[in-house]
Amino acid sequence: MRTSSGRAAGSRRRTVALMAAAALGAGLLTGCADDGDDRAGTSSGAGGGSGRTTVTIGVFGVFGYKQAGLYDRYMRLHPDVRIEETSIERNENYYPQLLTHLGSGSGLADIQAVEVANINEVTTTQADKFIDLSKAKGVEKNSFIPWKWAQSTTKDGRTIGLGTDIGPMAICYRKDLFRRAGLPTDRKEVARLWAGDWQKYLDTGKRYMKRAPGGTAFVDSAAGVYNAAVSSSAQRYYDTDGTPVYQDSPAVREAWRIATAAAKGKLTARLQQFQKTWDQAYANGRFATVSCPPWMLGYIKEKAGAEAEDQWDVAAAPRPGNWGGSFLTVPRAGRHTDEAVKLAAWLTAPEQQATLFEKQGSFPSSRAAYELPQVADARHPYFGDAPIGALFSKAAEGVPTQVLGPKDSLIHQNITDVGLLQVDQQGKSPDEGWKAAVRSIDNALDR
Amino acid sequence: MTALTAARAPAEERRRARRARRHRRATRWSPYAFIAPFFLFFAAFGLFPLLYTGWASLHRVELTDPTHMEWAGLHNYSRLWDDEFFWNALRNTFTIGVISTVPQLLMALGLAHLLNYRLRGSMFFRVAILTPYATSVAAATLVFVLLFGRDYGMVNWALGLLGFDGIDWQNGTWTSQLAVSTIVIWRWTGYNALIYLAAMQAVPGDLYESAALDGASRRQQFRHVTIPSLRPTILFTVVVSTIGATQLFGEPLLFNGSAGATGGADHQYQTLGLYLYEQGWVNLHLGRASAIAWTMFLILLLIGAVNWLIGRRLRKSR
Repeated sequence: MRTSSGRAAGSRRRTVALMAAAALGAGLLTGCADDGDDRAGTSSGAGGGSGRTTVTIGVFGVFGYKQAGLYDRYMRLHPDVRIEETSIERNENYYPQLLTHLGSGSGLADIQAVEVANINEVTTTQADKFIDLSKAKGVEKNSFIPWKWAQSTTKDGRTIGLGTDIGPMAICYRKDLFRRAGLPTDRKEVARLWAGDWQKYLDTGKRYMKRAPGGTAFVDSAAGVYNAAVSSSAQRYYDTDGTPVYQDSPAVREAWRIATAAAKGKLTARLQQFQKTWDQAYANGRFATVSCPPWMLGYIKEKAGAEAEDQWDVAAAPRPGNWGGSFLTVPRAGRHTDEAVKLAAWLTAPEQQATLFEKQGSFPSSRAAYELPQVADARHPYFGDAPIGALFSKAAEGVPTQVLGPKDSLIHQNITDVGLLQVDQQGKSPDEGWKAAVRSIDNALDR
Repeated sequence: MTALTAARAPAEERRRARRARRHRRATRWSPYAFIAPFFLFFAAFGLFPLLYTGWASLHRVELTDPTHMEWAGLHNYSRLWDDEFFWNALRNTFTIGVISTVPQLLMALGLAHLLNYRLRGSMFFRVAILTPYATSVAAATLVFVLLFGRDYGMVNWALGLLGFDGIDWQNGTWTSQLAVSTIVIWRWTGYNALIYLAAMQAVPGDLYESAALDGASRRQQFRHVTIPSLRPTILFTVVVSTIGATQLFGEPLLFNGSAGATGGADHQYQTLGLYLYEQGWVNLHLGRASAIAWTMFLILLLIGAVNWLIGRRLRKSR
């Protein structure tokens, strides 16, 4: 799950005394405050129920278990268990706190969610702090999509996280803009325009721009194109030995070429995803396509609003990649590890994943769920009744098993938020942008 | 009877003496007990993090494994010398500090001067100028991000009415720093104005009277009576604003929306506070972040020392 709404807190202190440590101190303070909350929740729960076990679950953003009624259902099935969820809105704040809690072995919830961007780092550096879930009762390895299972499995075969949702990508496009630009609008024909090759997507963009309706662009941002293209390749930033090779990786080079060509060819609306301007551009119909995983459909619907009803549709991407998704882990230092394993296994079982998709739109990582009617027959009315269940299931099967590395997301972020942003928004040359990204990455990786 | 009193007297006296001793001890130590909570809290949340940060800055520590510390000596400090991102952040902190603090204090002085006149509804104005200070950084910054938007921002819309092209505020170095400074100015001008106002009201009225008798105009009174009387207050606000500017964090972080601590595509408004945060909480290098924190502390000490020297100079020259 990716937290989309941007809200963070910052404060400016005005005390004359020793305040150099302000930023660090503030971090420690908030850390402590959150500890307190966690513990208060647990103890009140333990005190409230007579002999009931309170299983705590720590997540970021909205996982939707509560909203989909899954906690309630589990508690009805297991009257001796109480579930308490604590959520931190943004993963950028959640993950460092999880790491400090793991380091000190305290303050952990019984179940902790981990975002896909961090799962490799957790799996390679923290595996001994988690329970191996591969042999747990109720966990079916074969029901999960193989690349998802591999992401949270260590080299010696221990699986520390159970997949929740995934984000296989398709392309969302606006039929009205396509029609006015003289392109086909049927989702099968649209998919055929670029099937198999991101270069064809670029070519379609050039065709679009020749007859583009005034003030619109083909795609929202160069970073969005890059993200979709690079995610559809098996090898990105690391080689199989765990060495970062992003500078020479053919997939990165190719995705960079496609994305910068889109920027330089003025195919992009020069936006940055999840910024306010991006939302405004949705509302004003400023771009015709965007790479969209299932979790973005709700976002598009909300931002584009009723005016764009029946204008948006979904077509298969040139090559499917994955964007986002999470895992549930059970730290050893938790208080009720046995109960936690049972709950994590239940929450990620096919039936529950299908329910979560139906209610919350989180796409299952459980392959077995794709055959359930809640997924197989799912259509999205806002997107012209597109058969999103079948479409994204097919995309999920086509996502390659990626070679991941611990600092994947750091490398990725610097390429998109520094390098590509310079090319797309500041008008720098692709060469300048690449060099700036490499400098930023090397500094971040401490090389 | 007398024998009894005589027998009781020494005991009574001992008791009284003990009570007096206890009372003396209580009056002597109780003030310390009263202020102890502050010092305990300060030790736990101020001094300890400060010292721990100093200790961590001499090590290679990663947030992925914060208990594992590898001695690195002064390496984390010496590498800052070649760290282009550190110098960039230092430069940005300085320029944003100047373009936010100088206009802010000048405007505050002017506002305070106006509010010092007998006005109808002066209470209303005094409360009104303090409201930005009471607004949260997050809320204020979100509004300013919208105002300074490239495509649909109100500032660009107003510029368009005047016949100018829209400006991509976020992507230019100066424009983005100006935008960030605007948020700071907006939030802190009223606060400083109130401090100045309080100081102005403490200036004895007969100074103005005699100045008026000597034929000084309002403007001359401001320059030759108000400003000199306000000197210590001005010095105080300069010190406090400088410290605030050095630690600037929330505004540039949130000005970048959801994109985090990079401070823009080219790090064009990444301040020291943001760079520290990025190193510690995004790149997970706690040791390097600690070294930046301590460097910021040393910079503040340096600024403090300079201010102190200037203050002493001013006091002597009077």
